[in-house]
Amino acid sequence: MGGPLEWMAWTTPTALFFGAVFLMLASMALLGARNPSYARKGFLPIETTRGDRLYIGLIVCALINLAWLLATDATQLGAVALCALWMVLVLRWG
Amino acid sequence: MQKTVNHRAWLLVLPVVLSVAFSAILPLMTVVNYSVQDILGPGQRVWVGNEWFIDTVRNPDLHAAFWRNLLFSFQVLLIQIPLGIAVALALPAKGWQASLSLVLIALPLLIPWNVVGTIWQIFGRADIGLGGYFVNNILGLSYNYTLEPRDAWITVLVMDVWHWTPLVALLCYAGLRAIPDPFYQAARIDGARLWSIFWYIQLPKLRGVLLIAVLLRFMDSFMIYTEPFVVTGGGPGTATTFLSIYLSNIAIGQFDLGNGSAFSLIYFLLIQILCFVFYTAILRAGRK
Repeated sequence: MGGPLEWMAWTTPTALFFGAVFLMLASMALLGARNPSYARKGFLPIETTRGDRLYIGLIVCALINLAWLLATDATQLGAVALCALWMVLVLRWG
Repeated sequence: MQKTVNHRAWLLVLPVVLSVAFSAILPLMTVVNYSVQDILGPGQRVWVGNEWFIDTVRNPDLHAAFWRNLLFSFQVLLIQIPLGIAVALALPAKGWQASLSLVLIALPLLIPWNVVGTIWQIFGRADIGLGGYFVNNILGLSYNYTLEPRDAWITVLVMDVWHWTPLVALLCYAGLRAIPDPFYQAARIDGARLWSIFWYIQLPKLRGVLLIAVLLRFMDSFMIYTEPFVVTGGGPGTATTFLSIYLSNIAIGQFDLGNGSAFSLIYFLLIQILCFVFYTAILRAGRK
């Protein structure tokens, strides 16, 4: 590989990762324009909008993945499953 | 009246978007790319998956640096917040004395961080430093921040107190001046003592600024780099190796890009969380 972006050392998984991040941002922006979200109180200690819940959800996902790496040698898919469950919980009832 | 919608204002944001993209987003993406590969040289790299992250989260030195940094931040808050409140209460409220003391108090905040480090590095030396000489020869205590871990810790802590307590004091001073006079008049009518005035009027009214002060000081001390780097270089041993010093040792000192970037991302995550808490707390404090 070469070209002007060689210094950034791109790989397919990280490109997919950032693609997903930008897709998520774009779809949240579209969704926000079509169907604005209002702050409400769920099981989280603060009032949150849809975007807040997504952000808190993703941050906690990162922590779950790190905790999994710290605690066990089992496959990382376990952490991913936990994250999926958590995301549903926080987006729906957070 | 019909409002016209004009989206051209977005163009004005474009320069910021571009500069942030080049100064922050592209480098951050590169760090993410580096964190999953072993970079051997230009054009030579091997995919390693999450190995750097495993190395990083299980690294005992890093855990030690984390707890050390947390302890440092905790001590910083424990000293600077009460001291800042006390200084703010003691400052004159009006007149030229007020302006003079505010300027004097704010002086440490105006000094560049590496200069603060250099000042304290010299001040603490036993042979030529005023502070070091005083403690060693007049008080008769043995003090050497280049050899004794405890002395190095105390030096960095005292330096941070000297540098940043003024910020807490200024915030509290502004908060105190914002309390309307009728509160004090009512307290005087009730015959309240100074302590009750402090406990029931001043401290509750300072809640908002104290929140800001605590979060600012916590974030800053959690990311502290320049001053301990100049004074102790993280030593002796690892006594004052805080997180950012440890990070730069890995990434720049050993040029270990994989470990360095995995660690940076985890550090970034922690700072993200702090920023979010900070932001949310200020928004909520403003709403009440």
